[in-house]
This record gives sequence, structure tokens and C-alpha cells, in this order.
Amino acid sequence: MKPRHKRLAIAGGIVCAVGIAVALVLNAFQSNLVFFYSPTQVAEHEAPAGRSFRLGGLVESGTVKRDGVHVSFIVTDTSKSVPVRYEGILPDLFKEGKGVVAQGQLQDGVFVAREVLAKHDENYMPPEAAEALKRAQQGKLANTMAKEGAR
Amino acid sequence: MIPELGHFALWLALGVAVALASVPMLGAARGRADWMAIARPAAGLQFALVAFAFGCLIAAFVGNDFSVFYVAANSNTSLPTHYRVAAVWGGHEGSMLLWLLMLTGWAFAVARFSRHLPAPVLARILSVMGVLSVGFLLFLLLTSNPFDRLPNPPLDGRDLNPLLQDPGMVFHPPMLYMGYVGLSVAFSFAVAALIGGNLDTTWARWTRPWTTVAWIFLTIGIAMGSGWAYYELGWGGWWFWDPVENASFMPWLVATALIHSLAVTEKRGSFKSWTVLLAILAFSLSLLGTFLVRSGVLSSVHAFATDPKRGLFILAFLVFVIGASLALYAWRAPKVGLGARFEWVSRETFLLANNVLLMAACGAVLLGTLYPLLLDALGMGKISVGPPYFDTVFVPLMAPLIFLIGVGPLARWKHAELPQLWRRLRWALGAAIVASLLTNWLRGHLGIVSTLGLAMAFWIVAALGVDLLDRLRPNGIVRTGLLHRARQIPRAMVGMMVAHLGIAVFIFGVTLVKSGEVERDVKMDVGDTTEVLGYTFTFRGVESLPGPNYRAAQGTLEVTREGKPVTTLRPEKRNFPVTGSTMTEAAIDAGFSRDLYVSLGEPLAGKAWIVRVYVKPFIDWIWGGCLMMAFGGFLAATDRRYRAKVRATQGATDAKVIA
Repeated sequence: MKPRHKRLAIAGGIVCAVGIAVALVLNAFQSNLVFFYSPTQVAEHEAPAGRSFRLGGLVESGTVKRDGVHVSFIVTDTSKSVPVRYEGILPDLFKEGKGVVAQGQLQDGVFVAREVLAKHDENYMPPEAAEALKRAQQGKLANTMAKEGAR
Repeated sequence: MIPELGHFALWLALGVAVALASVPMLGAARGRADWMAIARPAAGLQFALVAFAFGCLIAAFVGNDFSVFYVAANSNTSLPTHYRVAAVWGGHEGSMLLWLLMLTGWAFAVARFSRHLPAPVLARILSVMGVLSVGFLLFLLLTSNPFDRLPNPPLDGRDLNPLLQDPGMVFHPPMLYMGYVGLSVAFSFAVAALIGGNLDTTWARWTRPWTTVAWIFLTIGIAMGSGWAYYELGWGGWWFWDPVENASFMPWLVATALIHSLAVTEKRGSFKSWTVLLAILAFSLSLLGTFLVRSGVLSSVHAFATDPKRGLFILAFLVFVIGASLALYAWRAPKVGLGARFEWVSRETFLLANNVLLMAACGAVLLGTLYPLLLDALGMGKISVGPPYFDTVFVPLMAPLIFLIGVGPLARWKHAELPQLWRRLRWALGAAIVASLLTNWLRGHLGIVSTLGLAMAFWIVAALGVDLLDRLRPNGIVRTGLLHRARQIPRAMVGMMVAHLGIAVFIFGVTLVKSGEVERDVKMDVGDTTEVLGYTFTFRGVESLPGPNYRAAQGTLEVTREGKPVTTLRPEKRNFPVTGSTMTEAAIDAGFSRDLYVSLGEPLAGKAWIVRVYVKPFIDWIWGGCLMMAFGGFLAATDRRYRAKVRATQGATDAKVIA
């Protein structure tokens, strides 16, 4: 094979490999993007049915109910709230009145969480949860929350 | 007083770094030997000053000097001493100081061990490293000074995040940083070569051991982080595709590509400009990783409280370093040339394919990591890219790479014959398929994915076996002994084999964990039992125990198998009064063929608890494989042809001393 052909073949091989990689990536990407919605958006039916998404806000005080491995609680952004069901062990830093992000699907108005995401320390508010609160309260309340969190 | 000394030492270090960044570089351009001679002592002095500052910060932590803001924010009198030392890098400022210490340390090591390099080359290399330390010193001094004082010192500190109070904290960050920052050496060698215009096979030979050593640290650092997450976070996963993990994984992928491409450049003189580009990219990605982790754009275990000024500074520095080096590359690379030619079935081609696949994988990870940040920054909504994305993309990209691991080392340089390769490897291929089917049949689990995974692991082993046999088989009239032939194999070659075998072990572990693990969250009352994969776990209740700076609720679970006692596991739930936080401490019985993993969930009514009971077959093979890769790298980096150089120069200096 002539050098020029060889180089063409290599370049072609690279283009093919890259093309396949890109196709794979974009395909996987599309089916695995997880969008984030606040309780207000869920209440306004903006969240997709039958597709996994993330829900963030505060765990409403006094709503956490445990029955063996089954837990239920309510996530609120202080204007609207969504009931959440979960099966398993909650992260250490899950507490009433604190921020939370859960990933799962809506089933008959109840958010069935497959995963409840852990925050890593007391001072930390998941950005998604903070965002939801901010949107709901135009900043005012979120500020006091953030301060409370910082204390 | 001590913190002020540390602060002062950092300013002095900045002065030295500025001198290092400019004088030797100008000296190399003008051929002034006296200017170039500054480089080595300056690198040493810079390291000494930064090490002194680091020592001052350690002293402030050990001596509980809460008038220093950073100490007050990250330590506490009740914290055990070794964690007070580790708390030095428990926050943003200290970890940047650690980063700087590593950077100046690597520069010092280059100055110390590269005496045999021509003076202008060494001067340029150290100057480039000087530029990097100027950037990081400015960052530290202007935006994140660890020695800032508090006007009204508190009586006690806020304590180190309990999650970080773990032996992993003592080793994981320094290891990872050694790797991250070690890539700056390859970067500096590349930039210096571009400036000087002398990029030849000797350049590749000088760069190789440094790159390999940095890669070893990166490999160990990532493996340790993964192991730490496994036993500390309490939910038994070992890799989460968390953006911060990705930030360390991307430089690893590129560094792996770089190691392979450097091999081609050294042996055959090909791929020159590509190798230089990889060296630049590898370090750029470690800078990007620093930016992602330290700027607080990510929500993750590793993100610290943030100040937008810091993110902006690192971003500006990132743009400067990447932009300048790529511009230099665009300007000078055409002069470098492409190097020797090769046929399209040859080891070069296989290594090129390796590089393309690794870079494609890196690109896919980069997309998954940056895209959500980009959307968020543009105000187009919040999304996240979950682990399924990375799994679906990564596996198909890695499969051909694994196949090439078997073929590449058997192919000749420059020109190889496909029929001959096929003749040598067909038995390996058959053996791999039979072995994987047999293994899956024996453990009674016939999945397509797990069979493929096992086949890949066995394929690497079988192909390595063929390679080794060919090297050991006497093929001349002179029949030398087997041992003698084994000794003839160069150490670097043995290193490559060990590292590749490490990949096989890793894949074997991953496949068996993914397909065979059982995770169960169960409600357990005192005396309750649950059975997982033949192991019977009996819950014996929870009692309260005091710790050095926490109170623990310690559970007891007895494990039996077929009536015989296996072990007793004591998972804990720890409560840290200073931060008011709770930590889960899993109990793990690690074994050759399985881990028994138990952690406490939450207390229920009465004495019952929710307990996580996991059995993870062959999970330790994952980290074992990583350690083998690192050990293979160690063998390759200490090959005789690199040591000979050092010994020769050392001999010369010794002779001088005697004279």
C-alpha cells in the first residue's frame, strides 16, 4: 500500500472510530439526561410523567413517616409541596426542615424516589434545592435559609 | 508568630518563583550559562520556602492556634493529632498549599535528578515550572491565604468534617495531588521542547519515567479515593461517576494515552507532535479538575464553601496556561515533524488506536461532566447526567481497547503480518472464550454482559501468556536456561505485562461485582437473621460506645456459613457533637473472593434497626488490579536504561568529590 493510501486509511479509521463514539455518546446522552424540577413546577404539571427526574426542596417538618424500610415525606419549596415515597436507608444528613434532592418518577401524584442524594455536611444546601426555594420565594426566604444553614 | 513566618515564606517563594520563571528562560534564549545556572538552586530554594510555610501551617494545626481562621474552621481541640495534620488539607486554602508543595517538590526533583540534561533544556523546563508556581502562589496569596488571622479568636475550632476523619484522608489527597501535579513535569518538558525546538527521541526518553511516576501516583490516588468512598460513604459503591471523580479520571485517561504514545516516540520517533499535544492536554485536564473542584461549580463531596473570586482566578489561569501552550503548539509543532513512517498493520497503528480510543473515552467523560455545568451557566435549566450514561458509553469504547491490549504487544514495530498475528493469538482467543463460559457456568450465572467481561479479562491473560511463552522459548542453536531467558526480558517489558495483567484483574473484579453482588436493606430486631448468598447474618443489637471525639452506636452482627462461624461485624453510627453530624461507619470483612459489608441505617421502634447487608464477590480485585497497574508502572519507570543515566552522573559527581 502506498504511504498516501495508508495515511488515508488511518485517517478514515480515526474518522469512523470518532463517528461511532459520537453516535454512542449522543444516543446515551439523550436517554440519560436527568432534568431538575421544583415542587411548584411539579404542581403545574411541567414535570414529565414516566421519566426519571430530580426533585429538590426542603423536607417539610413533621412529615417523615417510617414503616420498616418504607419511608414517606413531603418535599416543599414553601409554596407548593410534593409527597415522596422511598424504600431503603436515608443518608445520614437527611433531616426534617433541611434541603434534599431526590431522583425518581411520578406515580399517581406521588414522587417515587429511587435515590435520595446525600449532602455532605450540615452547612451545605444542595444547589438544586436552594434554586427551587429561590424561585419560589424570589430570593427573600432563600437568603434566610442559607444563613440558617450557614450557622 | 509562626503563621506570619509561614506567610512571609510564601511571599519570598513568590519572589524566587518569579526569578525562576524568567531568568533561566532568558538565559537559555541568549546562551548565558550563568543565568541558566540559577534554575537548579532556585528550584531548591522555592521548594524549601514552600515546605517551610507548609510546616508552619501544620504547626498551627497541631498547636491548636485558633487565631488562624483556617485552623479555626477545620480543626478542634478534641481532634486526634494525626487528623489535625490531615486537616491541613481538609479545606480549600490548605489543599491549595499542598498542591503548591507538590508542584515545587516536583520541580526540585527534576532539578535534582536531571543533571544529565543539557543546560538550556533543564533551564527551560524549570522555568516553565516556575511560571506555574508563580500562578499558584499568586492565587494562594491573593485569594486564599491559609494564614489569615481572626481578630477575635474562638476558644475552640469548628472541627474537621467528620466524613474526612478517616485514614483515607491522610493518604488519598496527597497521592492524588502527586499525580495531578506530576503531570506538570511532562507538560513542562513538552513546552520547553516546543520553545527550544529540539524534540527528538532523547526528549521522549527523558520524559517517560517522569510521566510514568506521575501516572503511578494518579492511579494509586484514584484507587484509594474509590476504596475510601466504598467503606466510608456507607452505601458500598466503588465508583459513582461523580464530577469530581471524573475530574481525576480524565487526566488519568490522557496520561495513559501519553505513556503509550511516548513509547512510540522514544522507540520509533513517530507521533512526535501528538505526544506533545497529549502532554499539554494531560496537565490542562488536571488544571481543569482543580478548577471544577475548587471553584464550587460542582455540588459534590469535594466542593468547599466558595468565593467567586477564586473560581475566576483559577479560570483565568487555566485559560492562560492552556491557551498559551496550545498557541505555542500551533506555532512550533509544524517544525517538529511527524517522525518515522510505519505500515498500517504495525505496533504503531495499534498504539495509535489505543490513543484514539482513550481520547474518545476522555471526550465522552468530559461531555458528561461539563454539559450540565454549561447549561446551568447559560441559564438553560438544571440537569444531571447519571451513571447509566457513562456506563453505556464507556464499556463499548473500552472493549476494543481491551482487545488491542492483547494484540498490540505481539505486533512488530513498523510492519506486522496479520496472518502471523492470527496464528499466534487464535489459541488465546479460544482459551479466553472457553474460560469465561466455564467460569460463568461454574458459578451458575450465564449473562451475556458478564461473559463478555470475563472473556475480556481472560483474553488479556491468555495473550500475555502467548507473549511470555514466545519470549521464553529458546529459538536458536544456543539453548540457554529458562531462568536466564526470563532475566533477559527488559524490566520495562515486565512492567508492561504486570500493568496489563492488572487491567485483567480489574475487569475480572468489576464483572463479578456487577453481575454477582447482592444488596439488601432489611429491618432487623435483636436475634433476627437474614441470609445473603449463603451467609447468615444474625443481628445481636446495638450498644452505645464513647470515641475520642464522638459517641458511637455500635451494632453487632454474627455471620455464619453452613452453621460455621465466619466473623463478627461491628458497624457503627457515629455522632460528632462539635459539628452535630452523624456518620455511618460500615463494617467490612474483606476476603479474597468476597467482601461482607454491613452498615447501620436508622433506628426503628424498640431495639430494631434498618441494616444494610451486602455481599460483594471479588470486589477487592478492583483495587488489587489498580495496584498491579501502579506496580507495573513502577517496574517500567525503574528500568535499567533510565537508571544507568543517573548512575553514570552520580559516579561522575562521586569521582569529583573524591578528587
